[in-house]
Amino acid sequence: LQESESENKLDGETASDSESKSEFSGSSPVPTSDDTPEVLNRALSNLSSRWKNWWVRGILTLAMITFFFIIIYLGPMVLMTIVMCVQIKCFHEIITIGYNVYHSYDLPWFRTLSWYFLLCVNYFFYGETVTDYFFTLVQREEPLRILSKYHRFISFALYLTGFCMFVLSLVKKHYRLQFYMFGWTHVTLLIVVTQSHLIIHNLFEGMIWFIVPISCVICNDIMAYMFGFFFGRTPLIKLSPKKTWEGFIGGFFSTVLFGLLLSYVMSGYRCFTCPVEFNNDTNSFTVDCEPSELFQLQEYNIPVVLQSVVGWKTVRMYPFQIHSIALSTFASLIGPFGGFFASGFKRAFKIKDFANTIPGHGGIMDRFDCQYLMATFVNVYIASFIRGPNPSKLIQQFLTLRPDQQLHIFNTLKAHLVDKGILGSLEDA
Amino acid sequence: EADLEERLHELDLRSDSDIPDVPPPTDSTPEILKRALSGLSARWKNWWIRGILSLAMISGFFLIIYLGSFMLMLLVLSIQVKCYHEIITIGYRVYHSYDLPWFRSLSWYFLLCVNYFFYGETVADYFATFVQRREQLQFLIRYHRFISFALYLTGFCMFVLSLVKKHYRLQFYMFAWTHVTLLITVTQSHLVIQNLFEGMIWFLVPISSVICNDITAYIFGFFFGRTPLIKLSPKKTWEGFIGGFFSTVVFGFIFSYFLAQHQYFVCPVEYNSETNRFVTECEPSELFQMKKYSVPPLLQAVLGWETVNMYPFQMHSFALSTFASLIGPFGGFFASGFKRAFKIKDFADTIPGHGGIMDRFDCQYLMATFVHVYITSFIRGPNPSKLLKQLLILQPEQQLSVYKTLKSHLVEKGILQPSLRG
Repeated sequence: LQESESENKLDGETASDSESKSEFSGSSPVPTSDDTPEVLNRALSNLSSRWKNWWVRGILTLAMITFFFIIIYLGPMVLMTIVMCVQIKCFHEIITIGYNVYHSYDLPWFRTLSWYFLLCVNYFFYGETVTDYFFTLVQREEPLRILSKYHRFISFALYLTGFCMFVLSLVKKHYRLQFYMFGWTHVTLLIVVTQSHLIIHNLFEGMIWFIVPISCVICNDIMAYMFGFFFGRTPLIKLSPKKTWEGFIGGFFSTVLFGLLLSYVMSGYRCFTCPVEFNNDTNSFTVDCEPSELFQLQEYNIPVVLQSVVGWKTVRMYPFQIHSIALSTFASLIGPFGGFFASGFKRAFKIKDFANTIPGHGGIMDRFDCQYLMATFVNVYIASFIRGPNPSKLIQQFLTLRPDQQLHIFNTLKAHLVDKGILGSLEDA
Repeated sequence: EADLEERLHELDLRSDSDIPDVPPPTDSTPEILKRALSGLSARWKNWWIRGILSLAMISGFFLIIYLGSFMLMLLVLSIQVKCYHEIITIGYRVYHSYDLPWFRSLSWYFLLCVNYFFYGETVADYFATFVQRREQLQFLIRYHRFISFALYLTGFCMFVLSLVKKHYRLQFYMFAWTHVTLLITVTQSHLVIQNLFEGMIWFLVPISSVICNDITAYIFGFFFGRTPLIKLSPKKTWEGFIGGFFSTVVFGFIFSYFLAQHQYFVCPVEYNSETNRFVTECEPSELFQMKKYSVPPLLQAVLGWETVNMYPFQMHSFALSTFASLIGPFGGFFASGFKRAFKIKDFADTIPGHGGIMDRFDCQYLMATFVHVYITSFIRGPNPSKLLKQLLILQPEQQLSVYKTLKSHLVEKGILQPSLRG
């Protein structure tokens, strides 16, 4: 609240950001509250402030990475829950910023409506996902079956209720504010909720599609920072003065290498490469399958250029590693734009960090800003290049058609299979 | 001092002030009308202008329906582009952001991207046979999502690169404004087109119900209006609301009765690749075949009939008209609130007496989504041709396993006779 008071004075200055003040010193006298746990504070009390910051960041980074590994170990269900929690926290952080910007704490209904919309959109997305992956479970339970059959209608009705409540809550003096918050809520939902669901879709495809992209982005963050720290000279973009071209390029090459190595290690394990499936009998998630050809070692000829460098003529690689190059490249080249977008956002609304959740790092959003575009990219990549449509989903849709439509499709499919020689015309398969 | 105060005022978002932000709308009535009506008083003149323009719009609507599905699609697209333009222009005025670098181009670029994505997803399904024949189109369809995403990303990166030091906040506001506008206008227009492909009746009846509700609520309010409905729109009254509701339901009933008899309105729109035209010819589904319904005892006394011949579709029209009358107005209230929030009288001056295109279409938004959700939930299942297309993209082993599952299912249901020869 203190910060918003000082921002109040700043707002009056000009519609655009003032250039005369240096970034966040002087004008905004209130520093972010120090969240560091007492333990760390005491342990590092005799170091200088700069090193202390370094240590705090370093320790927290290690803590987060360890936490990440633990969750992976615990399995898909825990991962999904964590993704959901992160999503809710990110939504909360951005909405809180909106409240601060618009001083709209006392708007009637608005807090309730924001959370209600979050619930609606999540209900819609989870319903669609659950229907696809838990198909047999859903068909067994009668209430679930009805909920799933009329899912879109129910979601729409829920959203409409929220919409009508918003219209009824419009208060004479606060129209503009309310519309701003409405817009703010919807854009936040668009960013936060869709991304988290795409991440879960990627997760169901196989844990490797979840772990490798996220690790590449983290690696790029860290490597670009290190390269920038040691070799950084040429600034990259006015928006983030600390980023340098040396960091950018160094980060790119390190991330590609890291991606190749990580994929090599992970492709060997079924628990990472198999699609997550829900086993109806044991009522738990299983990752057990025949690894697809993406995860089977193949011989590749090394291009002549590299042969002299590396000294081998052929190399055994997983095809997935080739895809990992695409993923790492995206993480290094385009991912940072997500970071620049968040930096611009923070400058536009004159905040240093999204929140104070993680000591030394800021809020959850600060850690996840580069991940957004990555999640969408991986999902689009998988849909376009890796897998086709989901066969069980197609069967499910088939079963809802009319008999004459079913027969027509069946005959067309049969003719196609016979044509391709997959099905012998005289065989009863 | 006054300058600083004015700027303080701009940013004082805590309360709406009374100072108008935009100049009053210019009078764009054509000269002809002005001369013809010059003798009347201002109030009657306004009435006449509105009336004539309403008739003109309705006639234009009928003309386009006569011209066919393709023209309708073009019309929907033009309206979408115009609505988008109107809302974006309001955004420019609110934020005084005419001279933001790149922003105009970026807004239009995003509109193009999102339209490309939607048209590729939906329209491509309907033109399956047309697409199969051409190689380049095949490639575009297969990697459609990737291409759309790449196009969008380019716009996103351009936005980030265009951020200018003094204008961060403005640029972010316009970015968000653009996205919310896209969400509203483009998704709705695509749902309208999908409804259209389902059968022209699914396009005509909802839109007519909303228009009818507008007009009859206004008329009932004019003659009988007493109790105000909502503070947001002081001209609306409960009498108008309820009168409009009953009139719209009756209108929907009667209108559906007439439309359901013609194949032109009832059949799904299909693209015939041989003649390169849209055709609407089919065996009318059971929704559009007369059935006998028993009149409930309550109404028997009133109407004097025991059974009545109706189309099942008329039952659905009941749901559509109810939605148009009860929830549709909320779209109108939303637009009214929006206009008050940004202190504008109309969205634009395109139609004399009526305002902009958005003013006419504000109640239609929710309607389009509702009809689409209604159709997918209660009327039809998934689209068979889309399903077939996806089946054909599967890997051969997947196709084989799907084939086996389907076969066993069909045999089980007795739809397919098990035979010794495949």
